[in-house]
Amino acid sequence: MDNLLSITTFLPALAALILGVFLKGGDAAADRNAKWLALIATGATFLISLFILAQFDPANTGFQMVEEGEWLLGLRYKMGVDGISVLFVLLTTFIMPLVIAASWEVKERVKEYMIAFLVLETLMLGVFMALDLVLFYLFFEGGLIPMFLIIGIWGGKNRIYAAFKFFLYTFLGSILMLVAMVAMYADAGTTDIPQLLAHEFGHGDVTVLGIHVVGGLQTLLFLAFFASFAVKMPMWPVHTWLPDAHVQAPTAGSVVLASILLKLGGYGFLRFNLPMFPVGSEVVGPVILWMSAIAIVYTSLVALVQEDMKKLIAYSSVAHMGYVTMGIFAANQQGIDGAIFQMLSHGFISGALFLCVGVIYDRMHTREIDAYGGLVNRMPAYATIFLLFTMANVGLPGTSGFIGEFLTLMGVFQVNTWIAVVATTGVILSAAYALWLYRRVVMGDLVKEALRSISDMSRRERAIFAPLVVMTIWMGVYPAPILDRIGPSVEALVETYDDRVAAAELDGQRVAAAEDTN
Amino acid sequence: MESIILFSPLVGALIAGFLWRLTGIRGAQWITTGLLFLACAFSWIVFFSHGPDTQHIQVLRWIESGTLSTDWSIRLDRLTSIMLVVITTVSALVHLYSFGYMAHDDNFREGEESYKPRFFAYLSFFTFAMLMLVTADNLVQLFFGWEGVGLASYLLIGFYYRKPSANAAAMKAFIVNRVGDFGLALGIFAIFFLVDSVRFDDVFAAAPQLAETQVSFLFAQVNAAELIAVLLFIGAMGKSAQLFLHTWLPDAMEGPTPVSALIHAATMVTAGVFLVCRMSPLMEFAPGALTFVTVLGASTAFFAATVGLVQNDIKRVIAYSTCSQLGYMFVAAGVGVYSVAMFHLFTHAFFKAMLFLGAGSVIHGMHHEQDMRNYGGLRHKMPYTFWAMMIGTLAITGVGIPLTGWIGFAGFASKDAVIESAYAASAGGYAFWMLVIAALFTSFYSWRLIFMTFFGEARGDKHTHDHAHESPTVMLIPLGALAVGAVFAGAIWYSSFFGHTNEVVRFFGGEYTEPSEELVEAVAERSPKASELHYVMGSAPGEAAIYIRPENTILHEAHYVPVWVKLSPFIAMLIGLGTAYLFYIVNPALPRQLAQSQRPLYLFLLNKWYFDEIYDFLFVQPAKSVGRVFWRRGDGNVIDGTINGIALGIVPFFTRLAGRAQSGYIFTYAFAMVIGIAVLITWMTLFGGAE
Repeated sequence: MDNLLSITTFLPALAALILGVFLKGGDAAADRNAKWLALIATGATFLISLFILAQFDPANTGFQMVEEGEWLLGLRYKMGVDGISVLFVLLTTFIMPLVIAASWEVKERVKEYMIAFLVLETLMLGVFMALDLVLFYLFFEGGLIPMFLIIGIWGGKNRIYAAFKFFLYTFLGSILMLVAMVAMYADAGTTDIPQLLAHEFGHGDVTVLGIHVVGGLQTLLFLAFFASFAVKMPMWPVHTWLPDAHVQAPTAGSVVLASILLKLGGYGFLRFNLPMFPVGSEVVGPVILWMSAIAIVYTSLVALVQEDMKKLIAYSSVAHMGYVTMGIFAANQQGIDGAIFQMLSHGFISGALFLCVGVIYDRMHTREIDAYGGLVNRMPAYATIFLLFTMANVGLPGTSGFIGEFLTLMGVFQVNTWIAVVATTGVILSAAYALWLYRRVVMGDLVKEALRSISDMSRRERAIFAPLVVMTIWMGVYPAPILDRIGPSVEALVETYDDRVAAAELDGQRVAAAEDTN
Repeated sequence: MESIILFSPLVGALIAGFLWRLTGIRGAQWITTGLLFLACAFSWIVFFSHGPDTQHIQVLRWIESGTLSTDWSIRLDRLTSIMLVVITTVSALVHLYSFGYMAHDDNFREGEESYKPRFFAYLSFFTFAMLMLVTADNLVQLFFGWEGVGLASYLLIGFYYRKPSANAAAMKAFIVNRVGDFGLALGIFAIFFLVDSVRFDDVFAAAPQLAETQVSFLFAQVNAAELIAVLLFIGAMGKSAQLFLHTWLPDAMEGPTPVSALIHAATMVTAGVFLVCRMSPLMEFAPGALTFVTVLGASTAFFAATVGLVQNDIKRVIAYSTCSQLGYMFVAAGVGVYSVAMFHLFTHAFFKAMLFLGAGSVIHGMHHEQDMRNYGGLRHKMPYTFWAMMIGTLAITGVGIPLTGWIGFAGFASKDAVIESAYAASAGGYAFWMLVIAALFTSFYSWRLIFMTFFGEARGDKHTHDHAHESPTVMLIPLGALAVGAVFAGAIWYSSFFGHTNEVVRFFGGEYTEPSEELVEAVAERSPKASELHYVMGSAPGEAAIYIRPENTILHEAHYVPVWVKLSPFIAMLIGLGTAYLFYIVNPALPRQLAQSQRPLYLFLLNKWYFDEIYDFLFVQPAKSVGRVFWRRGDGNVIDGTINGIALGIVPFFTRLAGRAQSGYIFTYAFAMVIGIAVLITWMTLFGGAE
């Protein structure tokens, strides 16, 4: 199979097409068919993606399973994976069937709902595999549309406001990225990502509108891409769309948002910012490290005082993404390995936490923390699973949450001890907000009248959590298979990065400036 | 065999936790307990049969990233085997004891709620995590065990999940421990940064170089060895409840009493001491950090003992006692006599576990009454418990024949060894006096506990006293077994831990050599009585389980302190005993009068020096306020406000651009994207010829 990647990518879209064209009627039977078709399609996608994993050769640090062809208007279609992207592909295909299964109780417009998620899967997979700038951009921006629809149609009361915020943030970011892409094409004469990776963008200082820019074109391009990906991450201070989006999105939407969509930003940093604009990274990096450290402390403190469960977990997500950006821009092996691992692990953990909220939201129709208390009395299985993911969220060793956090902190300690110290306080704060949430929701006596008859998790719910539990513990206890696949590519990335930065320093243009910013 | 010791508690925990419906409640209890006794038997075999050399057993790969390489693996040396014995013995006995103690529990609905398998699963899981901690071959695995025991502690303190106080205590324990872990984690990062490895062997080998290295940390240039030692010690402070990070330990008494005996007395809280001893090759090169350890340990010993004087809850008295005794251990480690720190850890495990289990037996017999003011005259109703508690008290207060060194109860040998070492290190400095005063207080509050509980008139609820009963045999057997340890552990292992330097060095797997002449002269000049220095440790850092620099002769000198120093803890003990006898037997009205005449001091002690209130004011409330400000003002006004401001300018522009499509923002967005792509494609078509 030499077009494995395309098959994986477009299988969900094909299923969506079938749903849209052939499935008629809005009765219960049609809804059931839509659900089953979506589940089968996403399940099949996952199975096929396992072949990608099997064919993937960790020792090869270049792009693998590359597909290339002519496309519209002289554009090229090019797909491929490397050690950095391949596991994100797997993450996506792994999470999607669970998301569909978690949406089993959806009643409104089931067919459209499933189509939205299937299209979304295709677009997200495309982002991770696209090896052409334009293709990447299409997938990257296109993914927003189904997400918009999911929030806008199946969302909560305030969905228009959330969509409004979402729009503004991402729009500003993507406009800048678009401009940067045009500039890149002008400079390199190609939109081919492997060629762009090999291309060295100018880094002589320039003056724009009277501002002296250290690192020149690279810094400018870096900032433009950064704007887009930072919003996607989201990084402090452009994170405020996320809590609103999460609160308004339906459970499945939140899961996709937290598990996969947030990873697009981190992936973008690793695919574009760091390798293509190393000098820009060196110049802006220290600032980003500080922003990450601030994000961890700031959003953890904000999480502490939340009264809405989803908001609390959303803020916690922002804090955890802070570790990711910190690891990436520490720009060493531990930092980047940790950042990728943290993204994968966060995909399982935060997804599971949103599912946990969903379980009780489905029963009580409120996310207010004060409405709960003492759930352990009636829901022991739920209490156990929620505890596991709470502990994973606070980075307990033995769960996947620990490894990413630990490696990123270890990475950044080598770069700047101040940032490491500030960021490490996150381990205290995360314990505070997560355990306090757990205590208020699960522990205590069951005194609230409304909760008296709440039922424990159903078989379907348990089945959804089971794979997430397995992954969280397996990745925490035996992460070697994952780190083995990430490692070589990251090593190559770090090596190239260091070489290019060193070369640029030899040019003698910005040594002093870089030291100033450090 | 080592793997069986390590994993049998885990197997037990998993079976009891998840498969108890298959095995039945009884079955789950027997399986966990049986596996623990198996582990215990094997541990003793390892302890006696395994030579002093270090052995490494790799189990599984763990985190590998670049030059960072960590395994799940077992490091077996003398330090490990001592801890194995302590952990598995106390744990096995506590499992057995819990059969009786947890037989009925009013906190749960009997028959409906299966709390017993859960309890045994937690106990076994704790044991597993603790074993992972002490068998770790690298710092990251140690960290796993470190946080794992924290989780087990959290689960067990919050075991009575209906009680708000238990839930609060559980949370507090975890978070305060995390403050310590913050230091420990930074210490590990620093070690990796400087040594490029987290394996103990590599770290120990690099210790001498670290002492020569300066590293920039935060705003200062500091010595690398000192920095790492202090950071690691912050972790130890959290786990071992040392001053400033001690506040969780008294509250942890919310957990069932067997938990207090196992986790909050004998094993988990001693992990900090273990860490310092494990890192002795590094600590030896960080004299500043060691001074810090000594001062903090001595202060804790004193502070906790003062608070223990006035507590009324029987478990809290013992909790503060534990806190205080941990301070003793840190002083021993801080003055560089790691073997004595381990000695006190070892004996303390027996007598403190016994005191807790004895207290549990009293509580069990008194229908979960914990206030000593409601006890009294129980020695006839609970004779076995009484005698067990007596032995425990004789051990902790350090009863023995003075000047023999070792003929006495376990605590006598080890505690006097600590005090003598403290004197030798600083010639009667701060640490020594703090410890002697603490010994006096220890004696007072320990005897106060005995007198209030077992002597005098029965106080409190008459009905409870009428039904007070001795505990079942299954609870008395562990008491008996621990009593043996509390009586003999000190005398038997005295020479291994606190004998001549050559004996101690051999016991911990090192080589000894003859000291240099300058060193002999220096010692003779410092303490003339100790002039006959024959041996010092010859092994390089990391070759033996502990490392003692040749220049560190405190272990030797501690044997030659003045007679009054050797007698001082004994005298302090007698004064404490006498005062307690006066206060609680001769004239029981005296304590109340004293409390009234010295009311501010009494309240100060009763409220534990107001640490909780101060921390609430300094950390908890500000964290919440700052969080609120960041949320409402930061996120709300500043960030969203700015964005909204921009939006008000931009959005109308684009809505106009989008015409009157009226399909809202989604359409607008899609439209913008299409325009974007169109621009890009146009650009490419125009400049496409460049390719």
